[in-house]
Amino acid sequence: MDLQEILKQLGETFLDWKAIGEVIPKMFAVGLPNTIVLAVTSGVIGTVLGMALALMGISRNPVARWIARIYTDVLRGLPPVLTILVIGLGFGPIIRQLSGSTSPYPLAVAALSLMSAAYIGEIFRSGIQSVDKGQLEATRALGFGYGPAMRLVVVPQGVRRVLPALVNQFIALIKESSLVFLLGLLASEREIFQIGKDAASTSGNLSPYVAAAIFYLAMTIPLTHFVNWIDRRLRTGRPEKKEPDEAAAVVGKGAQA
Amino acid sequence: MSEFASGTLTAKNIHLSFGSNHVLRGIDLHVEKGTTASVIGPSGSGKSTLLRVMNRLIEPAQGDILLDGRSVLKDNPDELRRRIGMVFQQFNLFPHKTVAENVSLALRKLRGMSKEQAREDALAQLDLVGLKHKADARPANLSGGQQQRVAIARALAMKPEVMFFDEATSALDPELVKGVLALMTDLAKGGMTMVVVTHEMGFSRNVSDTVTFMDAGVVVETGSPEQLFSAPRTDRLKGFLSDVL
Repeated sequence: MDLQEILKQLGETFLDWKAIGEVIPKMFAVGLPNTIVLAVTSGVIGTVLGMALALMGISRNPVARWIARIYTDVLRGLPPVLTILVIGLGFGPIIRQLSGSTSPYPLAVAALSLMSAAYIGEIFRSGIQSVDKGQLEATRALGFGYGPAMRLVVVPQGVRRVLPALVNQFIALIKESSLVFLLGLLASEREIFQIGKDAASTSGNLSPYVAAAIFYLAMTIPLTHFVNWIDRRLRTGRPEKKEPDEAAAVVGKGAQA
Repeated sequence: MSEFASGTLTAKNIHLSFGSNHVLRGIDLHVEKGTTASVIGPSGSGKSTLLRVMNRLIEPAQGDILLDGRSVLKDNPDELRRRIGMVFQQFNLFPHKTVAENVSLALRKLRGMSKEQAREDALAQLDLVGLKHKADARPANLSGGQQQRVAIARALAMKPEVMFFDEATSALDPELVKGVLALMTDLAKGGMTMVVVTHEMGFSRNVSDTVTFMDAGVVVETGSPEQLFSAPRTDRLKGFLSDVL
Protein backbone atom coordinates (compact mmCIF):
# COMPACT_ATOMS: atom_id res chain seq x y z
CA MET A 1 0.00 0.00 0.00
CA ASP A 2 1.65 3.23 -1.06
CA LEU A 3 1.23 6.65 0.51
CA GLN A 4 -1.37 7.80 -1.95
CA GLU A 5 -3.59 4.86 -1.19
CA ILE A 6 -3.25 5.41 2.55
CA LEU A 7 -4.24 9.08 2.18
CA LYS A 8 -7.14 8.13 -0.03
CA GLN A 9 -8.38 5.61 2.49
CA LEU A 10 -8.06 8.06 5.36
CA GLY A 11 -9.91 10.65 3.31
CA GLU A 12 -12.76 8.27 2.65
CA THR A 13 -12.94 7.21 6.28
CA PHE A 14 -12.91 10.64 7.89
CA LEU A 15 -13.78 13.20 5.27
CA ASP A 16 -16.69 11.70 3.40
CA TRP A 17 -18.43 15.02 2.73
CA LYS A 18 -21.64 13.32 1.79
CA ALA A 19 -21.82 11.50 5.12
CA ILE A 20 -20.95 14.70 6.99
CA GLY A 21 -23.56 16.66 5.06
CA GLU A 22 -26.22 14.10 5.86
CA VAL A 23 -25.64 14.18 9.59
CA ILE A 24 -25.36 17.96 10.02
CA PRO A 25 -29.11 18.82 9.90
CA LYS A 26 -29.79 16.32 12.68
CA MET A 27 -26.87 17.67 14.69
CA PHE A 28 -28.42 21.13 14.55
CA ALA A 29 -31.97 19.95 15.16
CA VAL A 30 -31.37 17.38 17.91
CA GLY A 31 -27.74 16.97 18.95
CA LEU A 32 -26.72 20.58 19.56
CA PRO A 33 -29.81 21.56 21.59
CA ASN A 34 -29.46 18.46 23.75
CA THR A 35 -25.75 19.00 24.37
CA ILE A 36 -26.44 22.61 25.31
CA VAL A 37 -29.35 21.70 27.60
CA LEU A 38 -27.28 19.00 29.32
CA ALA A 39 -24.23 21.20 29.77
CA VAL A 40 -26.07 24.37 30.83
CA THR A 41 -28.52 22.67 33.22
CA SER A 42 -25.86 20.64 34.94
CA GLY A 43 -23.53 23.64 34.88
CA VAL A 44 -26.10 25.75 36.74
CA ILE A 45 -27.01 23.01 39.23
CA GLY A 46 -23.31 22.14 39.66
CA THR A 47 -22.51 25.80 40.39
CA VAL A 48 -25.22 26.08 43.05
CA LEU A 49 -24.21 22.78 44.68
CA GLY A 50 -20.54 23.69 44.31
CA MET A 51 -21.08 26.97 46.18
CA ALA A 52 -22.84 25.08 48.96
CA LEU A 53 -19.94 22.61 49.13
CA ALA A 54 -17.39 25.44 49.20
CA LEU A 55 -19.18 27.21 52.06
CA MET A 56 -19.46 23.92 53.94
CA GLY A 57 -15.78 23.28 53.31
CA ILE A 58 -14.72 26.51 55.02
CA SER A 59 -17.41 26.43 57.68
CA ARG A 60 -16.51 26.31 61.36
CA ASN A 61 -18.81 23.32 61.78
CA PRO A 62 -16.64 20.18 61.55
CA VAL A 63 -19.55 17.99 60.40
CA ALA A 64 -20.24 20.27 57.43
CA ARG A 65 -16.53 20.33 56.62
CA TRP A 66 -16.32 16.55 56.68
CA ILE A 67 -19.37 16.03 54.50
CA ALA A 68 -17.98 18.44 51.91
CA ARG A 69 -14.56 16.82 52.07
CA ILE A 70 -15.81 13.25 51.63
CA TYR A 71 -18.23 14.20 48.85
CA THR A 72 -15.51 16.07 46.98
CA ASP A 73 -12.90 13.36 47.39
CA VAL A 74 -15.23 10.62 46.17
CA LEU A 75 -16.76 12.43 43.20
CA ARG A 76 -13.45 13.83 42.03
CA GLY A 77 -11.74 10.51 42.47
CA LEU A 78 -14.08 8.46 40.27
CA PRO A 79 -13.87 8.23 36.47
CA PRO A 80 -16.80 10.22 34.99
CA VAL A 81 -17.96 7.20 33.00
CA LEU A 82 -18.35 5.20 36.20
CA THR A 83 -20.30 7.93 37.99
CA ILE A 84 -22.66 8.34 35.06
CA LEU A 85 -23.30 4.62 34.80
CA VAL A 86 -23.78 4.10 38.52
CA ILE A 87 -26.17 7.04 38.92
CA GLY A 88 -27.95 6.50 35.61
CA LEU A 89 -28.46 2.78 35.88
CA GLY A 90 -28.59 2.52 39.66
CA PHE A 91 -31.21 5.19 40.26
CA GLY A 92 -33.05 4.64 36.99
CA PRO A 93 -35.56 2.08 38.30
CA ILE A 94 -36.33 4.18 41.39
CA ILE A 95 -37.06 7.27 39.31
CA ARG A 96 -39.17 5.15 36.96
CA GLN A 97 -41.28 3.92 39.83
CA LEU A 98 -41.63 7.32 41.45
CA SER A 99 -42.39 9.38 38.36
CA GLY A 100 -43.46 6.83 35.79
CA SER A 101 -41.00 8.42 33.37
CA THR A 102 -38.72 6.08 31.49
CA SER A 103 -36.42 8.83 30.27
CA PRO A 104 -32.86 8.61 31.59
CA TYR A 105 -32.40 12.28 30.71
CA PRO A 106 -32.92 13.69 34.25
CA LEU A 107 -30.47 11.13 35.58
CA ALA A 108 -27.92 12.20 33.01
CA VAL A 109 -28.33 15.79 34.21
CA ALA A 110 -28.10 14.65 37.83
CA ALA A 111 -24.91 12.67 37.26
CA LEU A 112 -23.22 15.52 35.39
CA SER A 113 -24.36 18.04 38.04
CA LEU A 114 -23.08 15.97 40.96
CA MET A 115 -19.71 15.46 39.27
CA SER A 116 -19.19 19.07 38.31
CA ALA A 117 -20.32 20.22 41.78
CA ALA A 118 -17.30 18.49 43.28
CA TYR A 119 -14.89 20.31 40.97
CA ILE A 120 -16.70 23.64 41.12
CA GLY A 121 -16.83 23.40 44.91
CA GLU A 122 -13.04 23.13 45.05
CA ILE A 123 -12.68 26.03 42.63
CA PHE A 124 -14.93 28.27 44.73
CA ARG A 125 -13.30 27.20 47.98
CA SER A 126 -9.82 28.07 46.77
CA GLY A 127 -11.11 31.42 45.50
CA ILE A 128 -12.89 32.32 48.72
CA GLN A 129 -9.92 31.26 50.83
CA SER A 130 -7.58 33.42 48.77
CA VAL A 131 -9.44 36.58 49.83
CA ASP A 132 -7.46 38.50 52.43
CA LYS A 133 -8.63 37.87 56.01
CA GLY A 134 -8.78 41.63 56.53
CA GLN A 135 -11.83 41.80 54.26
CA LEU A 136 -13.94 39.64 56.56
CA GLU A 137 -12.59 41.44 59.61
CA ALA A 138 -13.35 44.90 58.20
CA THR A 139 -16.87 43.86 57.19
CA ARG A 140 -17.56 42.37 60.60
CA ALA A 141 -16.11 45.47 62.27
CA LEU A 142 -18.82 47.49 60.51
CA GLY A 143 -21.42 45.34 62.24
CA PHE A 144 -22.22 42.66 59.67
CA GLY A 145 -22.73 39.07 60.84
CA TYR A 146 -20.61 36.26 59.41
CA GLY A 147 -23.20 35.24 56.78
CA PRO A 148 -23.90 38.68 55.33
CA ALA A 149 -20.17 39.55 55.42
CA MET A 150 -19.35 36.44 53.40
CA ARG A 151 -22.23 36.99 50.97
CA LEU A 152 -21.67 40.70 50.36
CA VAL A 153 -17.90 41.04 50.50
CA VAL A 154 -15.82 37.87 50.67
CA VAL A 155 -17.59 35.46 48.29
CA PRO A 156 -18.02 37.97 45.43
CA GLN A 157 -14.28 38.68 45.48
CA GLY A 158 -13.39 35.00 45.68
CA VAL A 159 -15.69 34.08 42.78
CA ARG A 160 -14.28 36.84 40.61
CA ARG A 161 -10.78 35.46 41.00
CA VAL A 162 -11.72 31.96 39.90
CA LEU A 163 -13.90 32.86 36.92
CA PRO A 164 -11.29 31.49 34.48
CA ALA A 165 -11.16 28.15 36.31
CA LEU A 166 -14.95 28.09 36.41
CA VAL A 167 -15.28 28.57 32.65
CA ASN A 168 -12.69 25.82 32.16
CA GLN A 169 -14.95 23.57 34.20
CA PHE A 170 -17.88 24.43 31.92
CA ILE A 171 -15.73 23.45 28.93
CA ALA A 172 -15.01 20.10 30.57
CA LEU A 173 -18.72 19.70 31.21
CA ILE A 174 -19.59 20.22 27.53
CA LYS A 175 -17.15 17.46 26.66
CA GLU A 176 -18.22 15.12 29.47
CA SER A 177 -21.88 15.47 28.47
CA SER A 178 -21.01 13.12 25.60
CA LEU A 179 -20.73 10.26 28.10
CA VAL A 180 -24.48 10.18 28.71
CA PHE A 181 -24.90 8.08 25.56
CA LEU A 182 -24.14 5.18 27.92
CA LEU A 183 -27.59 5.57 29.47
CA GLY A 184 -29.44 4.78 26.26
CA LEU A 185 -31.21 8.04 25.58
CA LEU A 186 -34.41 8.24 23.54
CA ALA A 187 -33.98 9.32 19.92
CA SER A 188 -35.15 12.87 20.62
CA GLU A 189 -32.79 13.19 23.62
CA ARG A 190 -29.54 12.34 21.89
CA GLU A 191 -26.69 14.80 21.99
CA ILE A 192 -23.99 15.62 19.49
CA PHE A 193 -21.74 12.66 20.18
CA GLN A 194 -24.46 10.06 19.95
CA ILE A 195 -25.93 11.52 16.77
CA GLY A 196 -22.46 11.16 15.28
CA LYS A 197 -22.04 7.69 16.69
CA ASP A 198 -25.44 6.53 15.35
CA ALA A 199 -24.68 7.87 11.90
CA ALA A 200 -21.22 6.28 11.96
CA SER A 201 -22.56 2.86 12.82
CA THR A 202 -25.29 2.89 10.17
CA SER A 203 -22.99 4.14 7.41
CA GLY A 204 -19.87 2.28 8.51
CA ASN A 205 -17.96 5.51 7.94
CA LEU A 206 -16.30 7.64 10.64
CA SER A 207 -16.98 11.01 9.03
CA PRO A 208 -20.01 11.75 11.27
CA TYR A 209 -17.56 11.75 14.20
CA VAL A 210 -15.63 14.48 12.44
CA ALA A 211 -18.86 16.42 12.16
CA ALA A 212 -19.41 15.94 15.89
CA ALA A 213 -15.85 17.10 16.56
CA ILE A 214 -16.48 20.29 14.61
CA PHE A 215 -19.59 20.99 16.69
CA TYR A 216 -17.68 20.51 19.95
CA LEU A 217 -14.79 22.67 18.82
CA ALA A 218 -17.19 25.41 17.71
CA MET A 219 -18.34 25.60 21.34
CA THR A 220 -15.13 24.93 23.26
CA ILE A 221 -12.59 27.02 21.32
CA PRO A 222 -14.50 30.32 21.72
CA LEU A 223 -14.96 29.52 25.42
CA THR A 224 -11.23 28.86 25.78
CA HIS A 225 -10.46 32.24 24.29
CA PHE A 226 -13.11 33.80 26.51
CA VAL A 227 -11.24 32.32 29.51
CA ASN A 228 -7.97 33.83 28.31
CA TRP A 229 -9.69 37.17 27.86
CA ILE A 230 -11.16 37.23 31.39
CA ASP A 231 -7.84 36.03 32.77
CA ARG A 232 -5.96 38.86 31.11
CA ARG A 233 -8.54 41.37 32.16
CA LEU A 234 -8.46 40.18 35.79
CA ARG A 235 -4.69 40.27 35.86
CA THR A 236 -4.15 43.70 34.33
CA GLY A 237 -7.48 45.36 35.14
CA ARG A 238 -8.56 48.53 33.47
CA PRO A 239 -5.56 50.80 33.58
CA GLU A 240 -6.14 54.09 35.32
CA LYS A 241 -3.50 56.44 36.59
CA LYS A 242 -3.06 56.87 40.29
CA GLU A 243 -3.16 60.46 41.36
CA PRO A 244 -0.79 61.95 43.88
CA ASP A 245 -2.22 62.61 47.30
CA GLU A 246 -2.79 66.24 46.45
CA ALA A 247 -5.48 67.05 48.97
CA ALA A 248 -3.92 65.12 51.81
CA ALA A 249 -2.20 67.81 53.78
CA VAL A 250 -4.91 70.45 53.48
CA VAL A 251 -7.89 68.40 54.64
CA GLY A 252 -7.51 68.80 58.33
CA LYS A 253 -7.40 71.83 60.50
CA GLY A 254 -4.89 69.68 62.32
CA ALA A 255 -2.57 70.11 59.37
CA GLN A 256 -1.90 73.67 60.46
CA ALA A 257 -1.50 72.81 64.11
CA MET B 1 -19.39 70.85 72.16
CA SER B 2 -19.02 67.64 70.30
CA GLU B 3 -19.80 67.03 66.64
CA PHE B 4 -20.23 63.36 67.49
CA ALA B 5 -22.52 61.28 69.68
CA SER B 6 -19.50 59.97 71.55
CA GLY B 7 -19.55 57.49 74.37
CA THR B 8 -17.31 56.48 77.26
CA LEU B 9 -15.51 53.17 76.86
CA THR B 10 -14.12 51.09 79.70
CA ALA B 11 -12.31 47.77 79.60
CA LYS B 12 -11.89 45.98 82.92
CA ASN B 13 -9.43 43.23 83.69
CA ILE B 14 -9.38 41.80 80.16
CA HIS B 15 -7.75 38.39 79.77
CA LEU B 16 -7.22 36.47 76.55
CA SER B 17 -5.15 33.47 75.53
CA PHE B 18 -4.40 31.92 72.17
CA GLY B 19 -3.65 28.35 73.18
CA SER B 20 -0.87 28.52 75.73
CA ASN B 21 -0.01 32.08 74.71
CA HIS B 22 -1.46 34.45 77.33
CA VAL B 23 -1.82 37.54 75.12
CA LEU B 24 -3.76 39.87 77.42
CA ARG B 25 -3.16 39.57 81.15
CA GLY B 26 -5.66 41.76 82.93
CA ILE B 27 -5.90 44.96 80.90
CA ASP B 28 -7.74 48.01 82.26
CA LEU B 29 -8.43 50.94 79.98
CA HIS B 30 -10.77 53.86 80.51
CA VAL B 31 -11.52 56.33 77.73
CA GLU B 32 -13.69 59.22 78.83
CA LYS B 33 -16.30 60.50 76.40
CA GLY B 34 -14.82 62.81 73.77
CA THR B 35 -11.21 62.05 74.64
CA THR B 36 -8.45 60.28 72.77
CA ALA B 37 -6.47 57.47 74.34
CA SER B 38 -3.36 56.34 72.54
CA VAL B 39 -1.93 52.91 73.17
CA ILE B 40 1.78 52.47 72.56
CA GLY B 41 4.16 49.60 73.05
CA PRO B 42 6.46 47.19 71.23
CA SER B 43 5.19 44.78 68.56
CA GLY B 44 3.46 41.76 70.00
CA SER B 45 2.51 43.54 73.20
CA GLY B 46 -1.20 42.89 72.56
CA LYS B 47 -2.29 46.41 71.51
CA SER B 48 -4.09 45.39 68.32
CA THR B 49 -5.60 42.36 70.02
CA LEU B 50 -6.95 44.62 72.76
CA LEU B 51 -8.84 46.68 70.15
CA ARG B 52 -10.34 43.52 68.66
CA VAL B 53 -11.44 42.34 72.08
CA MET B 54 -13.03 45.69 72.91
CA ASN B 55 -15.30 45.51 69.84
CA ARG B 56 -15.67 41.75 70.30
CA LEU B 57 -14.13 40.67 67.01
CA ILE B 58 -12.42 38.39 69.52
CA GLU B 59 -14.29 37.42 72.68
CA PRO B 60 -12.36 37.99 75.90
CA ALA B 61 -11.76 34.98 78.13
CA GLN B 62 -12.37 37.09 81.19
CA GLY B 63 -13.15 40.70 82.06
CA ASP B 64 -15.79 43.24 81.12
CA ILE B 65 -16.32 45.90 78.48
CA LEU B 66 -18.56 48.86 79.23
CA LEU B 67 -19.97 51.50 76.94
CA ASP B 68 -21.35 54.50 78.84
CA GLY B 69 -21.09 52.48 82.01
CA ARG B 70 -23.14 49.52 80.81
CA SER B 71 -21.64 46.10 80.12
CA VAL B 72 -21.90 45.14 76.44
CA LEU B 73 -20.77 41.53 76.73
CA LYS B 74 -24.35 40.26 76.71
CA ASP B 75 -25.35 42.37 73.69
CA ASN B 76 -25.37 41.06 70.15
CA PRO B 77 -21.73 41.58 69.07
CA ASP B 78 -22.78 42.68 65.57
CA GLU B 79 -24.86 45.46 67.07
CA LEU B 80 -22.01 46.48 69.37
CA ARG B 81 -19.67 46.80 66.39
CA ARG B 82 -22.10 49.17 64.67
CA ARG B 83 -21.44 51.56 67.57
CA ILE B 84 -17.65 51.30 67.33
CA GLY B 85 -15.86 52.32 64.13
CA MET B 86 -12.55 50.66 63.28
CA VAL B 87 -9.74 51.67 60.96
CA PHE B 88 -7.07 49.14 60.01
CA GLN B 89 -3.41 49.28 59.15
CA GLN B 90 -4.04 47.75 55.72
CA PHE B 91 -7.18 49.90 55.07
CA ASN B 92 -9.18 46.79 54.08
CA LEU B 93 -11.36 48.67 51.63
CA PHE B 94 -13.58 46.48 49.46
CA PRO B 95 -11.67 46.35 46.16
CA HIS B 96 -14.67 45.21 44.11
CA LYS B 97 -16.75 48.22 45.09
CA THR B 98 -16.42 51.90 44.31
CA VAL B 99 -15.33 54.36 46.97
CA ALA B 100 -18.92 55.54 47.48
CA GLU B 101 -20.18 51.94 47.70
CA ASN B 102 -17.52 51.18 50.30
CA VAL B 103 -18.98 53.92 52.48
CA SER B 104 -22.65 53.28 51.73
CA LEU B 105 -22.72 49.46 52.01
CA ALA B 106 -23.32 49.35 55.77
CA LEU B 107 -25.76 52.27 55.58
CA ARG B 108 -27.91 50.40 53.10
CA LYS B 109 -27.68 46.91 54.55
CA LEU B 110 -27.49 47.66 58.26
CA ARG B 111 -29.22 51.02 58.60
CA GLY B 112 -31.82 50.13 55.97
CA MET B 113 -31.33 53.34 53.98
CA SER B 114 -32.48 53.60 50.39
CA LYS B 115 -29.77 53.48 47.74
CA GLU B 116 -30.11 57.21 47.07
CA GLN B 117 -30.13 58.21 50.72
CA ALA B 118 -27.11 56.01 51.46
CA ARG B 119 -25.17 57.48 48.55
CA GLU B 120 -26.01 61.00 49.64
CA ASP B 121 -24.79 60.23 53.17
CA ALA B 122 -21.67 58.56 51.77
CA LEU B 123 -20.88 61.57 49.60
CA ALA B 124 -21.27 63.90 52.58
CA GLN B 125 -18.92 61.69 54.57
CA LEU B 126 -16.42 61.58 51.71
CA ASP B 127 -16.60 65.37 51.46
CA LEU B 128 -15.55 65.53 55.10
CA VAL B 129 -12.35 63.63 54.34
CA GLY B 130 -11.76 65.59 51.13
CA LEU B 131 -12.47 62.76 48.70
CA LYS B 132 -15.92 63.44 47.32
CA HIS B 133 -14.41 63.77 43.84
CA LYS B 134 -13.20 60.14 44.10
CA ALA B 135 -16.66 58.72 44.88
CA ASP B 136 -16.84 56.61 41.73
CA ALA B 137 -13.21 55.48 41.63
CA ARG B 138 -12.06 52.03 42.71
CA PRO B 139 -9.89 51.79 45.84
CA ALA B 140 -7.02 50.37 43.76
CA ASN B 141 -6.80 53.67 41.88
CA LEU B 142 -6.31 55.69 45.06
CA SER B 143 -3.08 56.38 46.91
CA GLY B 144 -2.60 54.74 50.30
CA GLY B 145 -3.40 57.98 52.10
CA GLN B 146 -6.60 58.43 50.13
CA GLN B 147 -7.58 54.81 50.79
CA GLN B 148 -7.12 55.25 54.50
CA ARG B 149 -9.24 58.41 54.48
CA VAL B 150 -11.97 56.48 52.67
CA ALA B 151 -11.70 53.79 55.35
CA ILE B 152 -12.14 56.48 58.01
CA ALA B 153 -15.17 57.85 56.14
CA ARG B 154 -16.60 54.32 55.93
CA ALA B 155 -16.32 53.91 59.69
CA LEU B 156 -17.65 57.42 60.45
CA ALA B 157 -20.69 56.91 58.21
CA MET B 158 -22.13 54.56 60.81
CA LYS B 159 -22.09 57.45 63.33
CA PRO B 160 -20.05 55.48 65.85
CA GLU B 161 -19.77 56.40 69.50
CA VAL B 162 -16.12 55.35 69.61
CA MET B 163 -13.44 55.06 66.91
CA PHE B 164 -10.57 52.55 66.97
CA PHE B 165 -7.43 53.14 64.93
CA ASP B 166 -5.14 50.13 64.57
CA GLU B 167 -1.78 51.50 63.42
CA ALA B 168 -3.67 53.48 60.82
CA THR B 169 -0.56 55.12 59.37
CA SER B 170 1.95 52.26 59.60
CA ALA B 171 1.40 51.02 56.05
CA LEU B 172 1.58 54.47 54.47
CA ASP B 173 4.45 56.08 52.61
CA PRO B 174 6.01 58.75 54.83
CA GLU B 175 4.68 61.66 52.78
CA LEU B 176 1.09 60.40 53.10
CA VAL B 177 1.13 59.98 56.88
CA LYS B 178 0.58 63.65 57.57
CA GLY B 179 -2.79 63.88 55.83
CA VAL B 180 -4.23 60.92 57.72
CA LEU B 181 -2.88 62.15 61.06
CA ALA B 182 -4.38 65.58 60.34
CA LEU B 183 -7.76 63.98 59.80
CA MET B 184 -7.44 61.95 63.01
CA THR B 185 -6.49 65.15 64.85
CA ASP B 186 -9.63 66.82 63.52
CA LEU B 187 -11.77 63.97 64.80
CA ALA B 188 -10.10 64.11 68.22
CA LYS B 189 -10.62 67.87 68.42
CA GLY B 190 -14.19 67.45 67.22
CA GLY B 191 -14.95 65.42 70.34
CA MET B 192 -14.84 61.85 69.04
CA THR B 193 -13.94 59.21 71.61
CA MET B 194 -10.91 57.48 70.11
CA VAL B 195 -8.57 54.63 70.95
CA VAL B 196 -5.47 54.95 68.82
CA VAL B 197 -2.91 52.16 68.65
CA THR B 198 0.06 53.87 67.12
CA HIS B 199 3.77 54.11 66.57
CA GLU B 200 3.43 57.83 65.84
CA MET B 201 4.85 59.22 69.06
CA GLY B 202 4.22 62.79 67.89
CA PHE B 203 0.49 62.14 67.58
CA SER B 204 0.43 60.27 70.87
CA ARG B 205 2.17 63.10 72.68
CA ASN B 206 0.46 66.09 71.08
CA VAL B 207 -3.07 64.98 70.36
CA SER B 208 -4.08 62.29 72.83
CA ASP B 209 -5.50 63.03 76.27
CA THR B 210 -4.13 59.86 77.83
CA VAL B 211 -1.35 57.48 76.87
CA THR B 212 -1.21 53.83 77.81
CA PHE B 213 2.02 51.87 77.48
CA MET B 214 1.54 48.13 77.03
CA ASP B 215 4.16 45.41 77.07
CA ALA B 216 3.74 41.62 77.06
CA GLY B 217 -0.02 41.77 77.61
CA VAL B 218 -0.09 44.12 80.57
CA VAL B 219 -0.50 47.87 81.02
CA VAL B 220 2.86 49.02 82.31
CA GLU B 221 2.08 52.73 82.64
CA THR B 222 -0.86 54.95 81.91
CA GLY B 223 -1.35 58.68 82.35
CA SER B 224 -1.16 62.02 80.59
CA PRO B 225 1.21 62.37 77.63
CA GLU B 226 3.29 64.74 79.74
CA GLN B 227 3.74 62.12 82.48
CA LEU B 228 4.63 59.26 80.17
CA PHE B 229 6.87 61.04 77.72
CA SER B 230 8.59 63.48 80.07
CA ALA B 231 8.68 61.46 83.28
CA PRO B 232 8.47 57.75 82.57
CA ARG B 233 8.54 55.82 85.82
CA THR B 234 9.39 52.30 84.68
CA ASP B 235 12.54 50.99 83.04
CA ARG B 236 10.45 49.23 80.40
CA LEU B 237 8.87 52.50 79.22
CA LYS B 238 12.22 54.31 79.42
CA GLY B 239 13.75 51.59 77.28
CA PHE B 240 10.89 51.67 74.78
CA LEU B 241 11.01 55.45 74.45
CA SER B 242 14.74 55.47 73.92
CA ASP B 243 14.23 52.89 71.14
CA VAL B 244 11.53 54.79 69.28
CA LEU B 245 12.34 58.44 69.85
